[in-house]
Amino acid sequence: MRTVAIKNIKIAIASGKGGTGKTLVSTNLFYALMRKKIRVALVDCDAEAPNDMVFFDGHLMNSFNVEQKVPVIDENKCTFCSKCSKYCNYNAIFIIPPSKVIKVIDNLCHGCGACSVACDFDAVSEKDMVLGKVSQYSSSGLTSIIEARLKVGVLSPVPVIKAAVKEAGNNGVCILDSPPGTSCPFIQTVAGADYVILVTEPTPFGLSDLIQSVETLKTMNKKYGVIINRAGVGSSDVYEYLNKERIPVYIEIPFDRTIAEKYSKGEIVVKSRPELQAGLISMFNSIIMDEDNYP
Amino acid sequence: METAIISGKGGTGKSCISAAFATLSKDVVLADCDVDAANLYILFNPANEEEQVYIAGQEAVIDYSLCNNCRLCMDYCRFEAISSSNGKTIISPILCEGCKLCSRICPVQAITMVDNDKSRMYSGIFRNGRMVYGRLAPGEENSGKLVNMVREKAKQVSKKYNLSTIIIDGPPGIGCPVISTITGVNRVVIVTEPTIPGLHDLKNAIEIAAKFNLKTYVIINKYDLNNDVADQIETYCINSNIKVIGKIPFDNIFVEAMVNCKTVIEWDPDSLISKEINSIWKSIIFFEK
Repeated sequence: MRTVAIKNIKIAIASGKGGTGKTLVSTNLFYALMRKKIRVALVDCDAEAPNDMVFFDGHLMNSFNVEQKVPVIDENKCTFCSKCSKYCNYNAIFIIPPSKVIKVIDNLCHGCGACSVACDFDAVSEKDMVLGKVSQYSSSGLTSIIEARLKVGVLSPVPVIKAAVKEAGNNGVCILDSPPGTSCPFIQTVAGADYVILVTEPTPFGLSDLIQSVETLKTMNKKYGVIINRAGVGSSDVYEYLNKERIPVYIEIPFDRTIAEKYSKGEIVVKSRPELQAGLISMFNSIIMDEDNYP
Repeated sequence: METAIISGKGGTGKSCISAAFATLSKDVVLADCDVDAANLYILFNPANEEEQVYIAGQEAVIDYSLCNNCRLCMDYCRFEAISSSNGKTIISPILCEGCKLCSRICPVQAITMVDNDKSRMYSGIFRNGRMVYGRLAPGEENSGKLVNMVREKAKQVSKKYNLSTIIIDGPPGIGCPVISTITGVNRVVIVTEPTIPGLHDLKNAIEIAAKFNLKTYVIINKYDLNNDVADQIETYCINSNIKVIGKIPFDNIFVEAMVNCKTVIEWDPDSLISKEINSIWKSIIFFEK
């Protein structure tokens, strides 16, 4: 298949509030670009709730575990001096020297290696702990879907997200489906993006979370625009805010029960809604036309 | 009694349902533990009585008047947060995880740790009792610890004012803030929606609640959006021995109420939705006995 040549660009689809339609936009943008024969990768960075693969048939190309080092303490060598525990900035080493008790709380450990550096008695070694998995699927030679999946019970998805974004590399257009919120998992995802699309809804909750996302992106010096989902419900406050901040609105997806029903079945909406296909493509064109949006 | 409302997937209606529960009685403590996107204060506009600073970890900063560019810190950093550009050693605040190792090993003591201190916890009064909520500053981490702080405060408030019911609105997902939200609560209510992604995330949420051995109930919101998937959810719950405690139809009333800064119970107490939520809350309390 012939491909349309396009410069490498990474576009993150994000939102402060959950359930505004990030996955809807990510999967449909991916499909819309694929139809236009553009080389595109979709990275599902919502490692706590990865759902992009629900919408596609693809075969698994490869997958690998994302691991982190955690310390193992040799109690025969340990003198219970507490230096490792003092070095640990995450309170992951629990020690009661008089009772000769020392325990590593794996879930609090970030794998920084400070305890190994601290130990003067060679009592700290390390083992690998699985945090999650990165899987790469392919549906044709042109496209791939990379999924970050956090193992249930593990605290932080950040290393899994980092590994998935790295795996995507720099090859054509890359869509990063971001986790909700504005804390570390979100930051990690948008940090790697050249441009960010914020998906919001015209409700008080939507506006509050949108403002929080915009403030975060400003501190990161990112460029961004907005898609309003469920347009027609709620109030006009979101529009007034966007107008005041001069933030471009690319698409308004109407509040429409049939779209929600298609999504609920795991169907791609642009297949039956050409206006959404056109809207996504014209949004994509205006992003890639702007030279400022490249690194 | 702590009841945590979580969802796995975002946007299933968790906050609207938590808020509705909170307005069914006059003596609750409402804890908004979705610290990353706290929203309930918008509906309830609580009169805050207390504000507490929350330190969300630390960040390493280089003093360039001391740094001699030996780059030893680069060798030690495992987060690829330190790089060298034009002969200058640079720490990326985004990649830095605040472990302090670089600051400890720097031979010329050029690296210091700075507290991330912009996040806050608030506690105050709202129209149906007391309210505690956290607001994580944009980009700050360790939200699980802020969740713990909010829950601790909610418990204190519950004792002090003799308000026995604590309702916790949790964050989406299954990671650190969710684990902090549900650890040790009396019951977990998972709000899901009948979509394939919703079912997927519900399974993870049930698994995480099971890990902590918690009494778990499920509410299917917008159930008539896709009756097939709603049936699949019910079957899955029956097989997992989890009670589906209520099914709420798709209705724009949640948005109408929200735009008017009210819960559905306050907006239209006689509506079908309000009656359903009322009966769900009653049965949650009933099953506890």
